[in-house]
Amino acid sequence: MLPISGAQRGDTRPLPETSAQRETAAARAGNGNAAAVRFRGVEIGFPLPDGGTYAAVAATDLAVGAHEFVAIVGPTGCGKSTLLNVAAGLLAPSAGETFVLGERLAGLDRHAGYLFQQDAVMPWKTARDNVAIALEVAGIPRPEALERAQAWLKRVGLAPFGDRYPHQLSGGQRKRVGLAQVLIRDPQILLMDEPFGPLDAQTRQIMGNLLLELWAQSRKAVLFVTHDLEEAIALADRVVIMSAGPSSRIIGDHAIDLPRPRDASEVRLLARFHELHKAIWGQLRAEVLKAYGMEAA
Amino acid sequence: MSAGSGQIIGGLKLLLLQALVAVIAILLWHIGSTVPIGGVYLLPKFFFSTPADVASRVFSLFADGTAKIVTCQEPFDFTRLLSISAPCFGKTIWQHLLITLTEGILAFLIGAIAGIALGFWLARNALLSAVFDPYIKMANALPRVVLAPIFMLWLGLGIWSKVALGVTLVFFIVFFNVYQGVREVSPVILANARMLGMSERQLLAHVYWPSALSWVFSSLHTSVGFAVIGAVVGEYLGSAAGLGHLIQQAEGNLDTTGVFAGMVILAVFVLAIDWLVTLAERRLLVWRPPSAAGQG
Repeated sequence: MLPISGAQRGDTRPLPETSAQRETAAARAGNGNAAAVRFRGVEIGFPLPDGGTYAAVAATDLAVGAHEFVAIVGPTGCGKSTLLNVAAGLLAPSAGETFVLGERLAGLDRHAGYLFQQDAVMPWKTARDNVAIALEVAGIPRPEALERAQAWLKRVGLAPFGDRYPHQLSGGQRKRVGLAQVLIRDPQILLMDEPFGPLDAQTRQIMGNLLLELWAQSRKAVLFVTHDLEEAIALADRVVIMSAGPSSRIIGDHAIDLPRPRDASEVRLLARFHELHKAIWGQLRAEVLKAYGMEAA
Repeated sequence: MSAGSGQIIGGLKLLLLQALVAVIAILLWHIGSTVPIGGVYLLPKFFFSTPADVASRVFSLFADGTAKIVTCQEPFDFTRLLSISAPCFGKTIWQHLLITLTEGILAFLIGAIAGIALGFWLARNALLSAVFDPYIKMANALPRVVLAPIFMLWLGLGIWSKVALGVTLVFFIVFFNVYQGVREVSPVILANARMLGMSERQLLAHVYWPSALSWVFSSLHTSVGFAVIGAVVGEYLGSAAGLGHLIQQAEGNLDTTGVFAGMVILAVFVLAIDWLVTLAERRLLVWRPPSAAGQG
């Protein structure tokens, strides 16, 4: 919690080698077209009670390609969720710009669907109504919305539970409702903030597979925030590492060349998975220790 | 009351125990008021009446009332009932009950609608809520009974002065609940609804409104109870009809049996309303987890 001035904040520069990595990654992602999400020099600061500013995220550049699955991994409190909120337009950065599908983002990101870490479905609506409302707000008539909602509930394995209220569902089932609610709008970009964080290990892997399966059908751009490196490698095309806060920044950008289609639990048994995990963990470990206030070994 | 105690001792056994409390209380009252112990009545009839007298008075009130409805030549007219000028008016216990019920329902509806409207308005407008805050607290701190004579002066001895008193009680309960309900919408649910593309109007309809209503419903027992209290207290302080009037008349005649009979009828009346509210609540708050729904 270091209050630093704007001038000091400007001094923080990304490491040269990671900057080079990022260039290639951006080029790969861009593929000639506009990236789905692009951060350019995005800085995020929060005002402190004593008048100073807490620099959560230092100048960050990152691009997510149109069909790319990017995972952001970092120690707790590194500002990765904050970065996601900037991509969603829920939070304005203190400096820098965000581009969505080539256009400068102002206000809410209308092309993005956001899956939150906490339960975000409306407790006063049934599972089916919760999914259907996502279409109804766009002006689709209720009978059609309900029909399509039921089809989506079937896709996420909740066909018999349409009439249940959220409190009558398990945590994993509520996440499925949330997933259907987000995906039924067919967003170009999927933003996910540790979506499976509160679930138990088995349910997380099942949800991971469900996500991969649904993603393979439409190949949206995904920005997936997690603190679980294994989950990130198992799901993503690229894993981006953020340093410990304050003034966290991107310190690593790793391509994950595991074959697709993947099984989120079986992929962990591959030798390549372990190589990647070892390489990335070496970098992440130091940051995790820093976040815990210890000296890196 | 709670599910827990129902599980510890069976439902029937609980009912028997509850009945036992009433039986013992009535028995003690009966003995105290009719059996001299050492030459003195512990509960003298003049001050405490007797259970048998009260029961027979309640019975005769209803039996007599039914008879009067039958013999009354005037056709029953609800609009005349409101203006308290029909010749048959206030002659039977049923009409007294109907008057009190009407006042209670009107007080609840007007108070709830005003509370919801103002609660929404102030909760969505930070400046207005800050400006009005001290005045709302001041009005809420005022004991509403002191307003009863003023309402009688303004609105007369008919039902509207009682409705007004009930409204001042119901309004604040509903107002504070709606205010809280709108203010305490989960920020995650709100952010999610925004990301789903909801406009401000849609947020109001699908997020703020259900959240506020759930707070109103969970305070339904309290606000309905206060609507009846407003009606009865208003009648008690000055009226020509209603349960409060009945009790007040009996008190004026030092008719203890009449006062107790009125209280018994009032208690059953309030219990019946409370039971209806419980039924309504079960339907309206079906989406709530059982623990949260039981808090109201």
